[in-house]
Amino acid sequence: MWMVIHGLIASAIGIAVGLAINWFPESASTQAGPIDRLYDILIWVSVPVFVTVTIIVLFSVQNFRMRPGEEQLDGPPIHGNTRLEVIWTAIPAIILVVLCGYAWVVLRDIEEAQAGEMRVNVVGQQFAWTFEYPQADGEPVRSKHLYLPKDQPVRFSVRAIDVIHDFWVPAFRMKIDAVPGIETGYRITPNRLGTYPVVCAELCGLGHAVMRATTRVVEPAAFERWIAQQKAPAQASEDGEVDGKALFTDGNGAATACGACHTLADAATSSATGPDLDEVLADKDAAYIEREIVDPNAEITPGFQTGIMPPNYGDTLSSDELEALVTYLGEVAGK
Amino acid sequence: MVAKFRGPGMYRAALGTALGTALSYAIIGIFRSWYGLDPLFKGYAVLELSLFLAPIGFLIGLGAFDYWFRWAAGRPTIPDDHSSHGAHSWRDYFKVNTDHKVIGIQYVVTSFVFFFIGGLFAMLMRAELAQPGRQFVDPSTFNGLFSVHASLLIFLFIIPVFAGMANYVLPLMIGAPDMAFPRLNALSFWMLPLAGIMMLMSFGAPGGSFASGWTAYAPLSVTAPEGQVFFTIGVQFAGASSIATALNFLVTIITMRAPGMSFFRMPLLVWANFSTSLLVVIATPFIAVSQFMVLFDRALGFNFFNPTGGGDVLMYQHIFWFYSHPAVYIMMLPGFGIISEILAVKSRKPIFGYRMMAFSLLAIVVLGFTVWAHHMFVSGMQDWIRVPMMITTAIIAVPTGIKIFSWLATLWRGVLHLDTPMLFSLGFLTMFTLGGISGVMLAIIPVTIHVSDTYFIVAHIHYVLFGGSLLTIFAGVYYWFPKMTGRMYDERLGKLHFWTTFIFFNATFAPMHVIGIQGMPRRVADYAEQWAGWNMAISIMSFFLGLSALLFAYNMIVSWRGGPRADSNPWNALTLEWLVTSPPPIFNFDAIPTVVGGPYEYGVPGAVHGVLKGAEVPQPAGATASGASHGSATKDQE
Repeated sequence: MWMVIHGLIASAIGIAVGLAINWFPESASTQAGPIDRLYDILIWVSVPVFVTVTIIVLFSVQNFRMRPGEEQLDGPPIHGNTRLEVIWTAIPAIILVVLCGYAWVVLRDIEEAQAGEMRVNVVGQQFAWTFEYPQADGEPVRSKHLYLPKDQPVRFSVRAIDVIHDFWVPAFRMKIDAVPGIETGYRITPNRLGTYPVVCAELCGLGHAVMRATTRVVEPAAFERWIAQQKAPAQASEDGEVDGKALFTDGNGAATACGACHTLADAATSSATGPDLDEVLADKDAAYIEREIVDPNAEITPGFQTGIMPPNYGDTLSSDELEALVTYLGEVAGK
Repeated sequence: MVAKFRGPGMYRAALGTALGTALSYAIIGIFRSWYGLDPLFKGYAVLELSLFLAPIGFLIGLGAFDYWFRWAAGRPTIPDDHSSHGAHSWRDYFKVNTDHKVIGIQYVVTSFVFFFIGGLFAMLMRAELAQPGRQFVDPSTFNGLFSVHASLLIFLFIIPVFAGMANYVLPLMIGAPDMAFPRLNALSFWMLPLAGIMMLMSFGAPGGSFASGWTAYAPLSVTAPEGQVFFTIGVQFAGASSIATALNFLVTIITMRAPGMSFFRMPLLVWANFSTSLLVVIATPFIAVSQFMVLFDRALGFNFFNPTGGGDVLMYQHIFWFYSHPAVYIMMLPGFGIISEILAVKSRKPIFGYRMMAFSLLAIVVLGFTVWAHHMFVSGMQDWIRVPMMITTAIIAVPTGIKIFSWLATLWRGVLHLDTPMLFSLGFLTMFTLGGISGVMLAIIPVTIHVSDTYFIVAHIHYVLFGGSLLTIFAGVYYWFPKMTGRMYDERLGKLHFWTTFIFFNATFAPMHVIGIQGMPRRVADYAEQWAGWNMAISIMSFFLGLSALLFAYNMIVSWRGGPRADSNPWNALTLEWLVTSPPPIFNFDAIPTVVGGPYEYGVPGAVHGVLKGAEVPQPAGATASGASHGSATKDQE
């Protein structure tokens, strides 16, 4: 009786605490609800299991511990009890199968295709994300940050350029690896306005911890405006006006933003994956800066490794962009 | 002086290492000149070849192959006069020794050296993680620290320390004079420190140590700096050591049991190591393959994992986890065996449901091979395999549950001796249950999608490997310490060690569940400001946890040097290792014992498990001065 009463009390407290803890981050997708509910049910099942084991141990310690004078005593020679063994094989098995069945239902719910899905291509590359919005009229819109219209079902199609990354928005509860050579993906429907982090969850190299982006869930009208804006600057660059600073902080869709890995006071970036450009580029001429961008392994700053910086900036930047970037860095680095 | 380099030993081993390296230069030089490559001695090529040849040179120099070389060359082999059996001074532990008791201690001590190094790395990581941003180490060093931490503690501590304890105890338990293949046993041990030293040496490699995690996922591990190959090749030596030992255990258990010891009279520790060895022999070749494929991709330009060359990135994970999930049970089943021994002895009761305990081990062996893809629920593999793997993963909790419930029933109405080994066993029961529960949560796919690669995983693995495996290791070391050293440990320090470990373990790892679900990813040196408070608390607790390990080290060293002498059976246990003196005589038993009953007949009046030959059966007073004195009195409850 002692055990049962204490067990019930402890289970009740455990479950109450388990449900009271604010486990999950904000939820911003229709997928989050069923997942969070499933987790609550796991708490309901788990706490009594742990309490049962612990209570039996504590009860045994209290009641069956060796007292003075019992040093030579043995316990009763109980070798087993078939009925008991069948029970504690069958009951956990049934509970587990039921849980799995419920999980299967949840899984089907959260992965179900929705009508009128919008497709977004997600590309992972050391150490930044690129989001592509295919457009009916021509080139897709590319962005370093994820914009999504509220209540619009989305299907992400996820790829990786170099190594495995993992596309995770904790507020949406969903993640999938970005794997070189294959296309992966998942579906969500954002249902809450706000700004949420995008996280790379799979170790992808030295800059893994800084491979972050931002998700903005906005009203559909605001999303349309944003798309239209994104199309506009593409024309501006045809006039020969490339903003070196924007290129540094945001990249161009194909080339990873320099600021993702380098510190530069003027651009307000502070990552330490690569050398601090205010130090290493101070008083350097344009030719040196250009060579460092297109052939980063030519000269390695002490304390850093070869092969970390992508060697393909010569290809991913147009000559105008490269020139703008070199000019920008020459003007501001170390100033 | 020359004689020192001719005979087996450390001098010749150093010479062998140098010759192995020189041979690597020669082979690479010859091949590269053949193909007209420039330069003749390419650094990475020489390094990768010498990582194989230098250790082999070391082993040959040390004398691990002497007998076989003589035999293969048709020369008269030197008959083993057993002069090297037993260890007379600390120097003897640095030689090739074929005595399973010496090898057992070599294994355990070596493993604990790597345990403290790996633990130190954890302390450095926690120092860096105490605050967001970058304080002490750069990202390359940080990634190296967690990679080497995991690799050392998995491949150089948990797996071999179990092999070491079993090496010492198992032949004694089944009444055998030694392992079936003593020379192979010695070779298995000596491959181990080489693997560990190799992994540590990687910190000296250009570009830093291997930093792609202990999972070493391709293609990151294929493109990583040269330090990666120290893992790729080091694992080959640790794996070969593991496989050879497992074969040795299997043959020993199958062929060398004492008369009368049927399979169902074997102590559960023997059953556990039988099951573990089956797992090792079947699974370990898979990790060897996965790392060879990475090596071939790196060194020879193969395209196993290069999609633009027709390779398949996910193939690496399938092969890797086909080993590394069973490896979780390789790291747990021997602990189950230890707990079964201790709980029966310290509760003074037979183990509850002995046969189910043995069968559940075998069930875990079989099921263990059907769950690997649950590590890949977010990997992008084919969708349909996830649900079957979820079900098998949940179902494997059933045999584990059977064991937990049987242990609890063993405690019931016993006479519990709450000393250090027992406290660690009870701590294991509760903590491993928590690890099992979070394991079932991780089987549930929709939850895993959110928490995979977060601190929830870090919490789970530490509840299983620290709260599970490590607590059983501590329990086992305290339990067999008198048998191995002939001395008693300090009981008060032992209990203090338990309580500090238990409290600070929970204070360190329990909060990780919370920050994991909140969204903190693992394997990062920097994190968002919102987790600063939790991480500071975790770091402080982890330092106390680190300090508690020093209590253990102090207790072991001081007690080994000057603890009170242990008699042959301080725990009043029935299994055969307690029939002989502590430490046991050179050939374990002066005469092979005869087994006449089950191993856990506590409370059965007059029951005996085994008797030394010559003794009459049954003879309640026992054949030696050892512990057959119990059994007459049974605690009468209610």
